[in-house]
Amino acid sequence: MRWEETVVEEATADKEDTSAPETVVQSSVPQPKDDFQEELVIRPLHSGDIYASFQFRTLWETDFMRGNKVSHYRLFPKSLGQVISKFSVRELHISFTQGYWRTMQWGQPFLPSPPGAELWVWFQDSVTDVDGTWKELTNVLSGIFCASLNFIDSTNTVQPSASFKPLGIGNVTDHRFLRYATLPREIVCTENLTPWKKLLPCGSKAGLAVLLKSEKLFHSSFHSQAVHIRPVCQDWQCKTTSWELRQTLNVVFDLHTPGQGKLEWSLFKMFSRTLTEACPLASSSKIYIDITDDPQGEQFEVSPATHLLSQAMVLGDRRTFSVYDLTQQITFGTVRSLNLLIRWKSSEDMLRPLLHAERYVAGYGLQTGEIHTLMYNNHPYRSFPVLLLDSVPWYLRLYIHTLTVTSKGKDNKPSYIHYQPSKDRVRPHLLEMLVQLPPNSVTEVTVQFERALLKWTEYTPDPNHGFYVGSSVISSLVPSIVAMDTNSTREQPLFSSFFPCKEESSYFMRVYTEPLLVNLPTPDFSMPYNVICLTCTVVAVGYGSLYNLLTRSFQIEEPSPGLAKRIANIIRKMRGVPPL
Amino acid sequence: MAAPLTLLLLVAVTVRAALYRSSLADLISERVEVVSPLTAWKRVVEGLALLDLGVSPYSGDVFHETPLIIYLFHFLVDYAEITFMLADVITAVALYLSVKDYNKQVFRKQKYALEADRYPLDCLELIRSPKEMQYIPLKVAMFYLLNPFTILSCVAKSTCGLNNAVIALFVLSTIKGNVLLSAIFLSLATYQSIYPLTLCAAALLYLLQRQYIPVNLRRFSFWWFVAQYAFMYLGSLFVIVGLSFFLLGSWDFLPSVYGFILSVPDLTPNIGLFWYFFAEMFEHFRLFFLCVFQINVFFYTVPLSIKLKEHPVFLIFMQLAVISIFKSYPTVGDIAASFIKHHKASSASSLNIFLVSCVLLACSALFPVLWHLWIYAGSANSNFYYAITLLFNVAQILLVSDYFYAFLRREHHLSHGLYLKRKDGSEATLVLK
Repeated sequence: MRWEETVVEEATADKEDTSAPETVVQSSVPQPKDDFQEELVIRPLHSGDIYASFQFRTLWETDFMRGNKVSHYRLFPKSLGQVISKFSVRELHISFTQGYWRTMQWGQPFLPSPPGAELWVWFQDSVTDVDGTWKELTNVLSGIFCASLNFIDSTNTVQPSASFKPLGIGNVTDHRFLRYATLPREIVCTENLTPWKKLLPCGSKAGLAVLLKSEKLFHSSFHSQAVHIRPVCQDWQCKTTSWELRQTLNVVFDLHTPGQGKLEWSLFKMFSRTLTEACPLASSSKIYIDITDDPQGEQFEVSPATHLLSQAMVLGDRRTFSVYDLTQQITFGTVRSLNLLIRWKSSEDMLRPLLHAERYVAGYGLQTGEIHTLMYNNHPYRSFPVLLLDSVPWYLRLYIHTLTVTSKGKDNKPSYIHYQPSKDRVRPHLLEMLVQLPPNSVTEVTVQFERALLKWTEYTPDPNHGFYVGSSVISSLVPSIVAMDTNSTREQPLFSSFFPCKEESSYFMRVYTEPLLVNLPTPDFSMPYNVICLTCTVVAVGYGSLYNLLTRSFQIEEPSPGLAKRIANIIRKMRGVPPL
Repeated sequence: MAAPLTLLLLVAVTVRAALYRSSLADLISERVEVVSPLTAWKRVVEGLALLDLGVSPYSGDVFHETPLIIYLFHFLVDYAEITFMLADVITAVALYLSVKDYNKQVFRKQKYALEADRYPLDCLELIRSPKEMQYIPLKVAMFYLLNPFTILSCVAKSTCGLNNAVIALFVLSTIKGNVLLSAIFLSLATYQSIYPLTLCAAALLYLLQRQYIPVNLRRFSFWWFVAQYAFMYLGSLFVIVGLSFFLLGSWDFLPSVYGFILSVPDLTPNIGLFWYFFAEMFEHFRLFFLCVFQINVFFYTVPLSIKLKEHPVFLIFMQLAVISIFKSYPTVGDIAASFIKHHKASSASSLNIFLVSCVLLACSALFPVLWHLWIYAGSANSNFYYAITLLFNVAQILLVSDYFYAFLRREHHLSHGLYLKRKDGSEATLVLK
């Protein structure tokens, strides 16, 4: 089955006579080389929260890589274009997330992201010093996004061998050109949102971006903003390629109003703004409301009502959406502003997600511990393989001979293990495994570690807060109930076209686990001078005793004469007489 | 003598086997006092697992054993317990035989000295008689095998036991006078941990004495012998290192093993002085103090050799003691090796030695308590454990210097007489001046 846009129930009653007939402009004007689309997907979640996902996509048919300096930027932001050409970037994915996505309550997100900051980049083959370029790139990006990405260094960067294949076009899979790093401690705030909004063609002045007010956005259960840059094909024969820049912002609001039996959301309540116009530079500006769970309008009603419906294949499921096209003036009605209102009438249980993961640290004391990762496969009869990527900092020394993978109580040997042990103060552990998850089961991966004592200067100012371990990444091709669309160049809503779809029977999904917070034993920070003195004293005691025994010999002790006798002896010596 | 020795060996093996089977074995192999990042069995298993995964064990920072250990345990990993028990048995038997041989030589020298009337008349009671020395070899072997430190080290499967076995074989071959074997065992011991290099001087002095070559820097025979020994020692070291290179195909093990011992990057707490010192060190002075502490271990070789050139066997024991106190990752297994000198105690200052030994025992009991309070209970901090470390090391240093003092005093009495008189005829006291 293919994606289709079904226009259901054209308004029968009032036919708009006043609408001017659509004039199709035969383009003698050359096709514009760049294109901007924006969309907002609102999905009510069963737990009483509401999930809003903004996607802004700019497509530009240009070549950053050839020597010709690109100077005329229109829709594509100049700062990112210069980053791509200067650092020979093939793909760049950066996300800033505050909060943890609760899969069991909210289902699967369109675009998963781990708590904190995550950056992964594929460089072009022409780069000779990937590590040096990576360091410069992280510093430049930390300036562009006002984030402290300069903390990314070799101690938290890894080169996954299988988990992060390119999402754009390109046959190169030499993972020497891939770098992945997370900063689980990074906090997201208005200073990160403002430069992100500036990258949009309309800024935050027109179109959907007017809704992005930081006061409301950060008062939410989950907030994630990301930038994804990759080369894509323009048509299905892939004769021309263009650069795609996607800026996504996912936010989950908890707007449950207590005391009232029913739940109600509106754009004004969520974002404290309503929409008045689409971005003039956008070729398409749409709002999708997910009404799959309520096709007949029994559970909730959406107002103002719309006649446009569309269906799309997203996350292995066919979902129905009400569409509001902001480029049509009619959407805004007579008041010239759009405030969508969704009123719940009743609530229902949620579908369990097919793939879900948890992670925690077991053990007691500050010497050893154990990391447990649990992966749930909730499909009733199909098993599928997952690729688990774990990047553990060097100060938690993993013992790979204690690695156990069990499903349903029995040993489950992974078919592919790539392990790179850590080097103290240079690089972290990297563990990648391909595990087959049996149907309807829990798979537990455990590995023991030992906590290291660091030098006193290597602790953060709050050492008893603990040290963060970045989220594990679980990537897999999950079998889907409905057939997926493999033609990636057809017109699709942005939210369903992010991950490339190669097969019809499964779709790609990435799940992030919680980050871990681990305590390390600490030395006493007030003691450096005392310790140096005391230890040197002990060494000096050893030196002193041995020195005495080695350089002196035994002699018979003569008692020293009294003072009077000594003076008499001196006088006698002066006189030349033998002493007493 | 064979029967009591066999009985002792059986008892020792039984004790160790019983502990292996009990639940204490896992507990002991986790203790930081017994295992260090260099000698832990867990890390040997980790290295073998990395090898199975196709990754070089030296590419990470977990495994710091020499390639010959990988080679050995690749075949013997299932018989690890028997290997370590066998190592302890070999050590004990080697010590037994070497002490017996050494005693024979001591008696022979004493006999000649008595006949030549070299001892003053009043110190005859200091001279050792065969009767009182008959049980000394057995006591030495018993002291080593039934020492709680040795038992703990063996049950934890710490590779320190293997190092002690090699050093004991070195001592045996040196005392027997076998130059080649002495050089080979010494190079094996140096290959595993660098510090036994200091025993070279002691071995040279003993072998020169045995071959009646006087230690005279101007004589050709002295230099010829030194050259021979150095050639054998360096040659076998070179052969062993080359063999390790061919086993794994790369020189990765050099920075991982020797760079690790010398630069001390891992600050896991142990009973030595290095860990907290370098955990609290100002970054600016780190290299300086690292050099100072490492030189400290090798520094006493020349002065001790000059002072003890007539008594090379005592020099060996002194060097072992210095190494076990000041090395970068000491464990109780090293302490056990250095306690062998106990059998030579003389009556002088035995009270002092008793007191210091009590301090050592008390510290050994306090180590696990304060560790638990710091790491598990959270009610103490690292300073408590550090304090006990300091006290333990001070006690060891005092013990070593007391034994040295007792030895020197006995030698002085043997040459100048036991009851000394001052010029005016009253009884004199001896002081070090």
